[in-house]
Amino acid sequence: MRHQLTTSLGKTVKKISQLRGGGSALPGLFVEKIDRDFMRRTLTTLPMGVVLVSGTNGKTTTTKMVVELLKSQGLTVFTNRTGSNFTRGVTAALLGAVDQRGKLDADIAVLELDEAHAVHFVQAVSPSYCLLLNVMRDQLDRFGEIDKTAELLYKIAAHTTKGVVVNQDDPRLAKPAFHSLLTVPVRSYGVSPDLLKEFPTDDALHGAASLPLVKQPSFADTTMLEALSDQTARIGFGGTSHTVDLKLRGIYNAQNAVGAIAVTRMVLGDTLNVTAMLTALAAVTPAFGRGESIAVGETTYELVLVKNPAGFRLSLKSFSSKDTDTMIVINDDYADGRDMSWLWDVDFDSLTEGVKVVSGVRAYDMALRLQYDEVLIGTVEPSVDKALAAFMQQGTQPTRRIYCTYTAMLSVRKLLRKYTSVETVR
Amino acid sequence: MTRGTITLLQLYPRDMNIYGDWGNTLVLKRRLEWHGYGVNLVAYNPGDEFPKEVDLIVGGGGQDSGQSKIGDDLLGIGDRLKTLADQGVPMLMICGLYQQFGHYFKTKDGEEIKGIGLLDIVTVGGHERLIGNIVTENDKFGSIVGYENHSGLTTLGANATPLGTVMRGAGNNNQDRTEGARYNNVIGTYLHGSLLPKNPAIADWLIEQAVIRKYGEFHPAVIDDHFASLARDTAARRPR
Repeated sequence: MRHQLTTSLGKTVKKISQLRGGGSALPGLFVEKIDRDFMRRTLTTLPMGVVLVSGTNGKTTTTKMVVELLKSQGLTVFTNRTGSNFTRGVTAALLGAVDQRGKLDADIAVLELDEAHAVHFVQAVSPSYCLLLNVMRDQLDRFGEIDKTAELLYKIAAHTTKGVVVNQDDPRLAKPAFHSLLTVPVRSYGVSPDLLKEFPTDDALHGAASLPLVKQPSFADTTMLEALSDQTARIGFGGTSHTVDLKLRGIYNAQNAVGAIAVTRMVLGDTLNVTAMLTALAAVTPAFGRGESIAVGETTYELVLVKNPAGFRLSLKSFSSKDTDTMIVINDDYADGRDMSWLWDVDFDSLTEGVKVVSGVRAYDMALRLQYDEVLIGTVEPSVDKALAAFMQQGTQPTRRIYCTYTAMLSVRKLLRKYTSVETVR
Repeated sequence: MTRGTITLLQLYPRDMNIYGDWGNTLVLKRRLEWHGYGVNLVAYNPGDEFPKEVDLIVGGGGQDSGQSKIGDDLLGIGDRLKTLADQGVPMLMICGLYQQFGHYFKTKDGEEIKGIGLLDIVTVGGHERLIGNIVTENDKFGSIVGYENHSGLTTLGANATPLGTVMRGAGNNNQDRTEGARYNNVIGTYLHGSLLPKNPAIADWLIEQAVIRKYGEFHPAVIDDHFASLARDTAARRPR
């Protein structure tokens, strides 16, 4: 009875909030206030439970992949698609998905949660499986220090009931200390040593050697990215190599893909249909604002979300700046991280063609950063609205890339919608 | 033609580099170049041989694990650093190395990490992290803008002067409104963000001390700092 009441009140709040153009947080907050147990009660009805995806970089894209791979196996999957990866966002997404009686029609849920919120989440709902991606320097103003972030991921793993998948190339996740005490099976995914060189890690920053690599850790089962040329990946598991042409660009997306495969294999076990899974993987397109392309007339705008030094460096490395106009938008809201120090841990020398427009609340911090890498700067305009108009006007190249922090990405996307139809994500 | 070459030493860049500390090194390097000097950038990590000639030293912050990794090595070069400080070599130490340049750091659990005592300060572990935008005021440098993120609470002794008076934020200990510490040409501070890009006056002061000590005179070039000035204005207005 209570469940039905919460559902109906929550759905109403969600509807009103959407009419007013608001986000997903308010209805989530409302439900948490009137019925704390709603999320747990709803999720624990799922026959196959919850797959939780966490880590610093790649959560949204990887979650999207896991959802598609599980769907390819005939499962009905619930997920928090909006990328608002707080428990409140999960509750809001649930409100949209349950029927009037509050029943969730799904076999399994795949949820992305940031490290701190995931710890809250697992105290309410024990996930069946978790997929842990990496521990990178991110928003230290929120999490304190990286080693603490690794501890948060450990808590998630310790609450998981059926199986844990870790990135074996992450020095903190691969440590025996991280997984040897876990009682559930632990599997891994990784990339071949040749490809590993392509990944800048935090520890390899500015003369810092990587953490002494613990002898290649041995896991009971590993899914490997064996080779990657352009977007063709060779992926090995269970003694066989498979070739897949990915729609997603960037080596980090290929790495996320093997993570998604590893957890899908664990969930499905012997019943896995490998062909269906790989076909689905090949079809996955970039998630909301993560290397997403938006066409306006003849011009393509690429949105690249940047949140932390490692992610920004990987993005700059993955996408060539040749024949491309570049814009950078840096905000410092809570979701972006308030501390601007991170910009100084990214090298911008690769932007040899210069940056046409710099924008966002912290536009001048970004311009200052570029000044010290002696990168040419066009316009500096904190207002995203004016800056985007300038970029559209002054750009000369058919491809225009916009690097933006999280809240900046939301504004840029919204503004671009005025010119074209961008998919609405609820 | 350069007016001379300055050796800039990065102290423990491998283990103490957590909050954009590269920003401070980069700003010193570039501004030296823009002022017309060549830069010999040297990294010192645990076990390395300490360079014979050093004109300017910069060190950063670390996690607890980084701080304990460099602890013994730092004690080993402590006397060397103290002599250099007494000779007027300018140094900038941020956060973790600021603490370890003091007498000791006592953790919440009562464990005492010995410092080199170059700065007359002591630090004890606090229960909350002091995090956020911070503005302090100094007679020489004007307002100093940065970002703090620390749980250690630092108290100054008689032989250290504060770097700034806290106008907004927590500072050394969230009590006495002091922030950072100075001894001779050595500056220790909790401010990153990074510190020097947004506070070019401090960068140029450190450079000036290094150049004058080595060449007797310093003729600065005019550097366009308008982005720095606008970034400072923004930072000072943002929520903590």
